[in-house]
Amino acid sequence: MKNKSRRDFLKLFGLTGAGLLTGAGHAGANEGLRINNEELGMLYDATKCVGCKACMSACKRVNGDFGSLAYERAKFDPDGLWDAPEDLSGSTRTLIKLFKESEDRWSYVKYSCMHCQKPSCVSVCPVSAMTKDKVTGIVDYNKDTCIGCRYCQVACAFNIPKFQWDKSIPQIVKCDLCKNTNLREKGISACAEVCPVGAIKFGKRKDLLQEAKERIKESPVKYVPHIYGEHEAGGINHLYLASMPFKKLGLPEIKPEAPAEFSEKIQHTIYKGFIAPVALYSTLCFIAVKNMKNHDKSADHEKQKQEEEKR
Amino acid sequence: MGHNDEYQKLEGKIFTKSFFILLFVVAVGFFFVGVRFVKGIGAVSNMSDGYPWGIWITYDVATGTAIACGGYAVAILVYIRNRMQYHPLIRSAILTSMFGYGLAGFSVMVDLGRPWNSYNFFIPSKWQANSAMFEVALCVMAYSTVLIIEFLPAILTTIETTKWEGMHKVRDWLHPRIAPNAQNLATGLEWVKLGASWLKPRLNKVLIFFIVLGITLPTMHQSSLGSLLLIASTKLHPLWHTGFLPLLFLINCVFIGYAIAILESIISCYSFKRPYEVEELSGLAALIPWVTVIWLSVVVGDLANRGQIGAALKLDFYSGFFLTEFFLVGIGSAILFSRKNRRSARWLFVSAAMIVLGGALYRFNVYLIGFNPGKGWRYFPSFAEVMITVGIVALEILGYKVFVKLFPVLPNAGKHNGSKPQTGGIEPLAQLQLEK
Repeated sequence: MKNKSRRDFLKLFGLTGAGLLTGAGHAGANEGLRINNEELGMLYDATKCVGCKACMSACKRVNGDFGSLAYERAKFDPDGLWDAPEDLSGSTRTLIKLFKESEDRWSYVKYSCMHCQKPSCVSVCPVSAMTKDKVTGIVDYNKDTCIGCRYCQVACAFNIPKFQWDKSIPQIVKCDLCKNTNLREKGISACAEVCPVGAIKFGKRKDLLQEAKERIKESPVKYVPHIYGEHEAGGINHLYLASMPFKKLGLPEIKPEAPAEFSEKIQHTIYKGFIAPVALYSTLCFIAVKNMKNHDKSADHEKQKQEEEKR
Repeated sequence: MGHNDEYQKLEGKIFTKSFFILLFVVAVGFFFVGVRFVKGIGAVSNMSDGYPWGIWITYDVATGTAIACGGYAVAILVYIRNRMQYHPLIRSAILTSMFGYGLAGFSVMVDLGRPWNSYNFFIPSKWQANSAMFEVALCVMAYSTVLIIEFLPAILTTIETTKWEGMHKVRDWLHPRIAPNAQNLATGLEWVKLGASWLKPRLNKVLIFFIVLGITLPTMHQSSLGSLLLIASTKLHPLWHTGFLPLLFLINCVFIGYAIAILESIISCYSFKRPYEVEELSGLAALIPWVTVIWLSVVVGDLANRGQIGAALKLDFYSGFFLTEFFLVGIGSAILFSRKNRRSARWLFVSAAMIVLGGALYRFNVYLIGFNPGKGWRYFPSFAEVMITVGIVALEILGYKVFVKLFPVLPNAGKHNGSKPQTGGIEPLAQLQLEK
């Protein structure tokens, strides 16, 4: 009996384990992600950027009310004369940083949402507050559905979504390509519109890719021979060109497989058609009901015995 | 399941000294909860955009629910493995699980930035089946409901037999003008009683299906708690980031559940000065090594498969935490392979404690310690953040202590040389000690 029940127990484990194992095994085997080059994006050329931060101020001017963006104070500036964000934050959607390796080797870099082809934040949001537009590819956020669980922050490989930690009614803040403001009014994102040196190019992904390839071809000495974002994380719509390794500019090295694809494959295999949970429940019900019946029978048996003894 | 003589109410006053001490701790915690809702999460916690999940998620949700898996593990043992001799343990295990899960849910509400939007979980157009969080949220809500249903028989039994003394006292104390009519109140309460005795046998008939649901749901969401971190492939250290996370979390909660059941029993026997239930516990303990051996083999096999054995033996910060977790579980289980050790309360205690600590450390490693969002981010919980967690755990113990005195929960001590247990709440106490 003991052995038999142990076998049952292991069987039970096998049942749940099998789903998980096949999940891990199949990951990577399914059809790859198809990249949609018609989506909108931006190409940032770090070699052209002069670090004037006009893009940052334009972003806040245009989206201030809509994204509840605010000016940030620096410690040296008690009067609040400058807007001095240290990093992307609950008040800042785009940011220019300077990476300085030596006196004559340096580069600016722009941070903002990458508008991934397969965004992790959309994949993990439990209530669909993060969405990806099917036509434009814009990854947008809806604060009226968001529950504030911050799973998008955990999931984003680029650390883009930011949370308003200091507010009692907080929200997530991230770039939406000026979807509701500048893009609607003028057909271009505010940062790309105001850039005085053309370091930010706005357009369809296919045009941006072609442009980037031509620039590398024209002056191969100037650029690292790589377009950051062409394949990273399953492809992103905010592309980068630079004169130094992207990792030094704070852009993480990410495999071509989108993190969201890896996790979704496993989750889908376990919960495919909701078969595994239902099968588990019915198997367990069968075992438990059988056990209960046996137990009741033996209990009745004992009672009978006791009564007989009494007689 | 109609064995109501199996359980008994604990005799004794509800308002003891420890009650007020716990109440004070709860009050401190809730003060900070108030601050959090007025001034924002940043005012009380050290969480940041790099570490958006702190100890509220790591301890209260990810680890706390595993520790509250006693009800799950004991239910598998009793109903699936058909070991009815453990049936008397189940009601207190379910009560602990009920408070564990209920308060995990509560701390999620503290942690959520926009909790008023949570109703979206019930709106099908907002469902997002790709999200492990969606699965966890629905499952945990469903399981908490199932736990309440599983506990209902204890409440119904009490309602059936009560004389409503407290209720009548309150009525007498009220000003006659606002007090309800005595006659009406009595008939009303009589109806409640009738309802309870109508519901009880019917509930008993279908209870087994809820119990099995109570085994299925944790199987689903405990594995999904592991799936939550699958997506953080660039942030979670390769020692822990693997496609087997869901399987590892599932096995992990089973052995934590059994080890917690052993710890609870030993601690309560020690403090009640009752003889140790070595017979039952050694049977329980014989199971653990088999479960942990599966877990450890999956861990090692997976590391070898991904070529990370070297990283595990590097003896740096991450490898240190990995080895600690690995050997706590490994050595703890090795002790239990010896039949002699399994019959010694001391060794049982030591090994169960090691296994719970190791299992909990695994969850901390995945959620916090092995999580590195990039350069420049650091996290260590603030005082207020810790106090909110401590306050919630204190509320858990408080609730348990009150419930065991109001409802028949604990195993009937009649079998145990007639000694009367003095206080309840030993089981969650074990939890608190572990946490520290």
